[in-house]
Amino acid sequence: MSSGPRLVEVRKNVLKQNDIVARALRERFHDAGVLAVSLVSSPGSGKTAFLEKTLTLLYTRYRVAALVGDLATDNDAARLARSRALVRQIITGTVCHLEAAMVQNALEGWNLNDLDFLFIENVGNLVCPSSYDLGEDLRFVLLSVTEGEDKPLKYPTIFNSADVAMITKSDIAAAVEFDEAAARRNIQAVRPGMEVFKVSAKTGEGMAEYLEFLQTRRQHFRAAAAVPK
Amino acid sequence: MHELSIAMSIVDMAQEEAERHGGVQVQAVYLKLGRLAGVVKEALLSSYEMACEATPLEGSRLLIEEIPVEVFCPKCEAPRLMDSIQSFCCPECGTPTANILRGKELEVVALEIKE
Repeated sequence: MSSGPRLVEVRKNVLKQNDIVARALRERFHDAGVLAVSLVSSPGSGKTAFLEKTLTLLYTRYRVAALVGDLATDNDAARLARSRALVRQIITGTVCHLEAAMVQNALEGWNLNDLDFLFIENVGNLVCPSSYDLGEDLRFVLLSVTEGEDKPLKYPTIFNSADVAMITKSDIAAAVEFDEAAARRNIQAVRPGMEVFKVSAKTGEGMAEYLEFLQTRRQHFRAAAAVPK
Repeated sequence: MHELSIAMSIVDMAQEEAERHGGVQVQAVYLKLGRLAGVVKEALLSSYEMACEATPLEGSRLLIEEIPVEVFCPKCEAPRLMDSIQSFCCPECGTPTANILRGKELEVVALEIKE
């Protein structure tokens, strides 16, 4: 037998394990008719405030739940629980992003058939979460008006991986001289055709329009889910 | 910085494959890395060294082939390589396109082994 080096073919996706779990989750969400939405953004862009408002507004008509990822503390879960939605904290320790298996574990004991919407708030980070599919149907990327209009150009990968861009904290846009046209241009540059909403969790501006989109999306999702595979 | 956990997955995967081939020694891992994979090449290379420490892969090399982003231009009706991931439009005609053909790869392609 030859002792020289030789090549063996592998051809395997490094994140295969995550993708398998994500696919299984997506199927579960599909079967239960629950629309899963994940939220990514940099720290401090208003994910939790936005989510709290969303949960509060949806709670009157729908069965809603949220998983919220953080490196440490369950402060966000406590805050979101005020909306009366079902909330569970995922503490990631030193991990800078959520992975599909963390979502799967966090869902333990919840009956997905009892839900209409599931929100998954990722760890505040515009880099690492982009590589991990969580089985969500929609990924929102949040960009607050205080962050600078060129953020999409600085983090094209995560903007490209998302389905919807949410411009947050619109109530202080004028005070920080936010150039909305430039922000929208940059979002479209890295993800042509992306749906964009401008909202304020504080004043409620833009929330109705965005919630309507979400409800329409859910109807389509359920219609698709009702079709036998 | 998630490159370390990715490097550890690569090492695990290579070790599994090496065992499948009868416990051969892995000298190099060939990886395809797309520009849109969300992984930084330099960080991955240094993480790889760390991840290999005290494993049978210690001293092995990680050879990364970077994959550019290729999109499909609806106007030219042709695949086009993009120069920048900051502007998703056809480099020939300027038409915006979100139809990505490749550039998201994060794939172990092959192992160089010694029996």
